[in-house]
Amino acid sequence: MPLIQFKNITKTYGTGENPFPALKGLNLTIDEGEFLALMGPSGSGKSTTMNIAACLDTVTSGTYLFQNVAVDKLNTHQRTLLRRNFLGFIFQGFNLLPRSSALENVELPLIYRGDNKQQRRSAAHQALEKVGLSDWKDHNPNELSGGQQQRVAIARAIVTSPKILLADEPTGNLDSQTSLEIMSLLTSLNRDSGVTIIMVTHEKEMAGYASRVVQFLDGQIRN
Amino acid sequence: MFWNSLVLALNAIRRNLLRSFLTVLGIIIGVAAVITMVTIGRGATQSVSDQISAMGTNQLIVRPGQRRGSGSNTPNFKQKDVDLIQNQVTGIAGVAPYSTVSANVIAQAKNYTTLITGTTNDFFTVGNWELQSGRKFQYGELKSGKASCILGTTVKNKLFAEQNPVGSRVRIKQFTCEVIGVLKPKGQSTWGTDQDDTVVMPLKTVHRRLLGSSDIARIAVKVEDNNNITNSQKKITELLRESRRISENMENDFRVLDMRQIIKTLTGTTRVLTMLLGAVAAVSLLVGGIGIMNIMLVSVTERTKEIGIRLAIGALEKHVLMQFLIESVVLSSIGGILGLILATGLSIFGASLMGVPFLFDLRINIVAFLFSASIGILFGFVPARRAAQLNPIDALRHE
Ligand SMILES: Nc1ncnc2c1ncn2[C@@H]1O[C@H](COP(=O)(O)OP(=O)(O)O)[C@@H](O)[C@H]1O
Ligand SMILES: [Mg+2]
Repeated sequence: MPLIQFKNITKTYGTGENPFPALKGLNLTIDEGEFLALMGPSGSGKSTTMNIAACLDTVTSGTYLFQNVAVDKLNTHQRTLLRRNFLGFIFQGFNLLPRSSALENVELPLIYRGDNKQQRRSAAHQALEKVGLSDWKDHNPNELSGGQQQRVAIARAIVTSPKILLADEPTGNLDSQTSLEIMSLLTSLNRDSGVTIIMVTHEKEMAGYASRVVQFLDGQIRN
Repeated sequence: MFWNSLVLALNAIRRNLLRSFLTVLGIIIGVAAVITMVTIGRGATQSVSDQISAMGTNQLIVRPGQRRGSGSNTPNFKQKDVDLIQNQVTGIAGVAPYSTVSANVIAQAKNYTTLITGTTNDFFTVGNWELQSGRKFQYGELKSGKASCILGTTVKNKLFAEQNPVGSRVRIKQFTCEVIGVLKPKGQSTWGTDQDDTVVMPLKTVHRRLLGSSDIARIAVKVEDNNNITNSQKKITELLRESRRISENMENDFRVLDMRQIIKTLTGTTRVLTMLLGAVAAVSLLVGGIGIMNIMLVSVTERTKEIGIRLAIGALEKHVLMQFLIESVVLSSIGGILGLILATGLSIFGASLMGVPFLFDLRINIVAFLFSASIGILFGFVPARRAAQLNPIDALRHE
């Protein structure tokens, strides 16, 4: 069963005199359990696609179905709930709260979901354990290496047990050794926990971990 | 969720302690100003009414003339007026006619100019005077106009210092006068005059030896029952109109003043003044609120990325709204509390400086605190809503 279906999606930034079409009729179907890599030159619309998939942004035209639900018909509140319950997101720049410990960062999505303190603590500990950072839970991001920060971000993304993990250039800021560690973490999440992963990357080596690679070019998928 | 927001807010405030303090300074000053004004004002009102109460609230004072200062060309009262009141008005505890004159009093090597009050023994009853030592006038002394006198403590202190003057003689103008008693001190009156700066003598003595006329300047009446004051006031007015032959369509050429009305007028004035000052101070609270709004807007801009992260990982608009609203309410409430503390100190200091009692008023403190908290809501709302309505992607991209 397809988890995500993009049907003829366009996204145009800006209005009036110089509208910029970032996506020009994108068609893509992603099945549950896939590990998909999105590649392509800079500016070809990969991040735009990720943001739409993450319900952070809306399409200009076309249809986005998530588990056969038309996301475009949902309001902001419903899209937040969908994101909160089914989607995890990791960014190139980690995007952790700087003055909160690793544990607090991982707990944050659960706070908004309304879990009680006990549930939050144990779920956050488990997630940190999965990414191998149990010993670093009380450290703030500025006391952690880039790789460790990205692992905190992964823990934060998976703590809600999402169906799908969206990773926009997760290794873009990391050295190759650390990148490989992150990739093996993502692979094991995909293989052992059955999390569907969509990852944007520029590096062939990283894309090699994926079960399918999709090439973007100029707002469309290159056949 | 609420507790989490509270903790977040406190952390945010602690991280920027100096800025937070400067932000709430306006609120601190505003709250402190409002409460200090109102507290001292209430103390002043209280002290005014206390002083008048000490003189006796069930007191009527009859004076010639309709308005203040216009008494000079209207006739004074006669002994028969006093007798009329004494005999015809029921429920009266005392009627004290009195006339005053300023004179120099000499004792031993010292002299002192004071107010001589000529009156009867009813003067002590009506004015709530008690004697510190000695005795009141005897019937014979009053009747014959004997040169006996009772000293107020101010006069006694000036002329005799620590000595007991009872039995000594003082010289007033050309006659000598025996001191038969000393009044218990009363202190300053409402109008700032020293009530103890007087010498009391029999009315007849003052008439004959100092004034050279038997006119009576004032009649003070003490009514037994507080509820009877208005009736007595009416009755006295009727009697005096008749005695002074005022025809029906003519205005009174005298006044019967009710002490309670005087209290009301005076405390009313201080109350209005208090409210006015309080209102002026409240404006500074609003200015403080604008300060909070300003800093909260800056804070939202600085933390755009943080807000983006929160929205991206599942915060709803209301969560972000709540976080910033609580932050501004906590900020303004802290300002409010500091303001209350400052106000208490200032009020105690100010009250003692002005010689009025310090009256801690829980209600005004609570009101001011709630007001400062609602200023946080009011002025925190715009920045909080701006934060909540940020577009998550734009916010995330913000550096
Ligand atoms: N918010 C935006 N406003 C205007 N143009 C944008 C915005 N976001 C992206 N773009 C443009 O859309 C195109 C696609 O961007 P993006 O999806 O980020 O590409 P990629 O991630 O593949 O490098 C780029 O040319 C970019 O400049
Ligand atoms: Mg990109």
